[in-house]
Amino acid sequence: MQVATRNEMGPASRAATVRRMKPLVSATLDAESREWIASLKATGAPRDEAIARLHALLLRAARFEVARRRPTLPHLRGGDLDDIANEAADDATMSVLRRLDDFRGASRFTTWAYKFALLEAAVKLRRRAWQGRELPLEPESWTLFASSGLEPDAEAEQSVLLRAVEQGIEDALTPHQRRVLVALALNGVPIDVLAERLGTNRNALYKTLHDARQKLRRHLDERGFSLDSWLEET
Amino acid sequence: MEHPELEQALGRLLGPAEPEVGCDACFEQLDRYVELEVAGADADAALPGLRAHFDGCPACREEHDSLLALVSGEHS
Ligand SMILES: [Zn+2]
Repeated sequence: MQVATRNEMGPASRAATVRRMKPLVSATLDAESREWIASLKATGAPRDEAIARLHALLLRAARFEVARRRPTLPHLRGGDLDDIANEAADDATMSVLRRLDDFRGASRFTTWAYKFALLEAAVKLRRRAWQGRELPLEPESWTLFASSGLEPDAEAEQSVLLRAVEQGIEDALTPHQRRVLVALALNGVPIDVLAERLGTNRNALYKTLHDARQKLRRHLDERGFSLDSWLEET
Repeated sequence: MEHPELEQALGRLLGPAEPEVGCDACFEQLDRYVELEVAGADADAALPGLRAHFDGCPACREEHDSLLALVSGEHS
């Protein structure tokens, strides 16, 4: 957006801006990243060979993610997990090839490519872990959040705040915001799982969560709760 | 800590107090952010809004932690 205002300064600066905007990939990239881009943009056998290398790289990253998450997935067999890693590597390879022109050399090519494989694997594993489970979209018992064994003063303070939070969620939010906030922030539903069930995507859902959080903050602020003092204690 | 359960729940409900980027912007900048971290540079100064997003978004935080672990392993 800043580029547009620079354009208004005159022809000379416009030319300079155009030069700056060009992806100066070859000038700024390390040799290895440059080689990746060149071979993935080649044709014929060199390109096929590069895609095979890319797939192997992304499969390694996907398996790394699967291994990290394995302790949380006791019900999945090794074969299932490797299928997931392979599917993630396939999908990530497609994403990387599709978005090759977005790579500007802000990092090494391999770091940039890895994130697609880690994302694909993580999303698939979150969804698999919740497959067939009903999503909790309603608040479960509020007493779960109440600390027990408090002094009477602290207990009174806590129950007043809990009541205000509960009321804020009921009154200040739209039904969609309420469902999203409760599922994601209270009931621990992974954002990718909820996005799939609601037919939306992570970014849009997080925007809804963010708006709901701001509304709830305002609701509590207006009622005189000093939120920072509560949250700073953690 | 007087009310640990309540504080944790409030933290998740209210999210980060600081300005944060969204999930797409976070993903766009994640590779750069992690490389700055691995290099010992100030990733938060260079790419503001990601750290707060990690506080508010467990999924993006997990993917950050994985990429950092993967890339740090290669550098060591
Ligand atoms: Zn996110």
